[in-house]
Amino acid sequence: MRRLLTHIFGAIGRSTLSSLQRTGDATMLSLRALCCFFMPPWQGSHIVRQLYALGVGSLIIIAITGAFTGMVLALQGYYMLAKFGSESLLGSAIALSIIRELGPVLAAFMLIGRAGSSITAEIGIMRVTEQLDALQMMAVNPVGRIIMPRILATVIALPLLVAIFDVVGLAAGYVIGVDLLGVNAGAFIGEMVTKVAMEDLNIGWIKAAGFGLLIGAICTWYGYRAEATTEGVARATTQAVVLSCVSVLVLDYILTSFFL
Amino acid sequence: MQGYRKIEIIVGIFVFVGIVAIAGLAIKLGQIGGLSSSGYELTAVFEDVGGIRVGGDVMMAGVSIGRVADVSLDDDSEAHLLLEINEGIKISTDAIATVRTKGIIGERYIRITQGADEESLNDGDEIEETESAINIEDLVSKYIFSPDNKE
Amino acid sequence: MLRVENLSRRFGDLLAVAPANIHIRRHQTTVIMGGSGSGKTTLLRLLAGLEQASSGHIWLDGKHDLSCISQSGLYQLRQRMGMVFQYSALLNSLNVYENVAFPLHEHTQLDESVIRTMVMMKLEQVGMRGFEHLMPSELSGGMAKRVAFARALITDPELVFFDEPTSGLDPISAGVVSSLIHRLGQQTRLTSVVVTHDVEAGLRIADKVILLWQGHVIAEGTAEDIRHSDDPRVRQFIEGNPDGPIPFSRNETPFHEALMAGL
Ligand SMILES: Nc1ncnc2c1ncn2[C@@H]1O[C@H](COP(=O)(O)OP(=O)(O)O)[C@@H](O)[C@H]1O
Ligand SMILES: [Mg+2]
Repeated sequence: MRRLLTHIFGAIGRSTLSSLQRTGDATMLSLRALCCFFMPPWQGSHIVRQLYALGVGSLIIIAITGAFTGMVLALQGYYMLAKFGSESLLGSAIALSIIRELGPVLAAFMLIGRAGSSITAEIGIMRVTEQLDALQMMAVNPVGRIIMPRILATVIALPLLVAIFDVVGLAAGYVIGVDLLGVNAGAFIGEMVTKVAMEDLNIGWIKAAGFGLLIGAICTWYGYRAEATTEGVARATTQAVVLSCVSVLVLDYILTSFFL
Repeated sequence: MQGYRKIEIIVGIFVFVGIVAIAGLAIKLGQIGGLSSSGYELTAVFEDVGGIRVGGDVMMAGVSIGRVADVSLDDDSEAHLLLEINEGIKISTDAIATVRTKGIIGERYIRITQGADEESLNDGDEIEETESAINIEDLVSKYIFSPDNKE
Repeated sequence: MLRVENLSRRFGDLLAVAPANIHIRRHQTTVIMGGSGSGKTTLLRLLAGLEQASSGHIWLDGKHDLSCISQSGLYQLRQRMGMVFQYSALLNSLNVYENVAFPLHEHTQLDESVIRTMVMMKLEQVGMRGFEHLMPSELSGGMAKRVAFARALITDPELVFFDEPTSGLDPISAGVVSSLIHRLGQQTRLTSVVVTHDVEAGLRIADKVILLWQGHVIAEGTAEDIRHSDDPRVRQFIEGNPDGPIPFSRNETPFHEALMAGL
């Protein structure tokens, strides 16, 4: 009995300490990346390349997700609101859910799937094939060259992607709500315009930038610290995706409760 | 480096589209420089606004004519509302502002009923005549505890 | 040039490099030999500052201690070093030309035409001219190795580390590569540290040989010293005998006994 208890609490203690240590290490890596941003050499072209690979690369999938989210919300919202005879609220219902919650969260999920996994896999493979060591030997800091542009690209790209997601989602919601379900166009737009305040939009941007930072930091760290084997990279990629998704939801809850 | 030029241009387009989307949302929905410049503001003091929120509707004859811009409590413990009224809407000086409830969902809005006066309110004026939210709990307790009902 | 004092490295319980004292002289080719898993790569990575030492010091030029030096100081010193990795470690996103030109693009403001000439010269030296537009994924292991060679030498470093430079190469390329290392040592006074398990090639180019066995330095000296060594472990290694003091398998008990005992 006593052995079992020591065993259990030992395991809890160990995993707590190791996750704390890993969180600290990941934070340090991101901070080092931040330092590299402010120090020469300037990595502009690499940031642009990453914006292309991660941001532009995720654009199509995020627009599609946005469109379907808007459409589903319009359908679902219409039948709910119709029961209370308040179909006119459809515009504001769609707009608020997309702008405050669904836009940032779903776009973040798409970015994790499309870009986060490839960040981890790419950096992990660079670790396995000693490309990171080769950079070191050529006196190029891999944190500045590899890590920093990727974190920066996710931080910049996600708010832009979220804005595009929002616009596409609202447009799709309008098409379904007004053209298909026959909600009055003036009421739809009018409700949307009066109910959405600048604060709602600001919350959306803050969330997007926060999620971008989280995704960049987590996915680069998992790649950078991946065990230098094929399975190590595979495991790191899975863990990076899972942890990014969970952290996005947790941060979403924190930010939502903070701003409400 | 031909390839890099192309990447730069595409990224430029991407960033531009994203910023246009952000700006579009901010101007259309966030009303940056939208209503506040093209409309005017009125104040109104209520005893009880029943939990109305910033962004709530201001309606006249069932038509939305503006929104609630600010809700605060003044020194006399009364609710102080700032109403943004759209350009071109005339409200007479003796108009009545009422807190009403929309539909069953219970969303509050401000209803303005036009008065008989010829003159209309200007930017910064106060709507003198106000009627507070009808509070069902109050009605019930009034009925129960009113002296007439005592056995 | 490099003086190593009491240097060691553990991975958990495994002592990959036992405390060693090594002196690598300027303008010499030092060859580190040993069986697979004897800690050669680990020792080389320690010398290059890529691996954190568990104990000991590495003195470069007698004044810089690579085992405790700031990141920026290390980058400063590394501009004078080069390294050829066991699996080449070419940057995947760049083609052959860009890979070889990479250190020049990073650390010099040379004209592109000058860089082009220098890159072509190095590629010619390793027999890879004409392949400059291929991506690393389109190269065979041997070709990639030769490109890595060109890349390590492009900045004319003073000190170059080679990890298994000839493994994975066909005999002709291997010959070209080892004679290139030899020639560089003779002509440009390059200091090189070569890790290899190819005894013949190693002894041919070495000014000094260090023999590792399970992380321990078991012999140190010129190629002649090693060839005529009496140490049975050294003899077994250079003659490639299956029988001798170095067991082929690391297990304590012979396989047939383990089998009888139910593994
Ligand atoms: N990162 C590491 N983690 C754990 N053990 C390692 C690591 N790198 C090397 N080793 C171990 O150290 C020993 C020496 O490895 P290495 O230097 O690569 O040998 P060699 O290059 O001589 O074949 C091996 O037993 C190997 O298993
Ligand atoms: Mg090795």
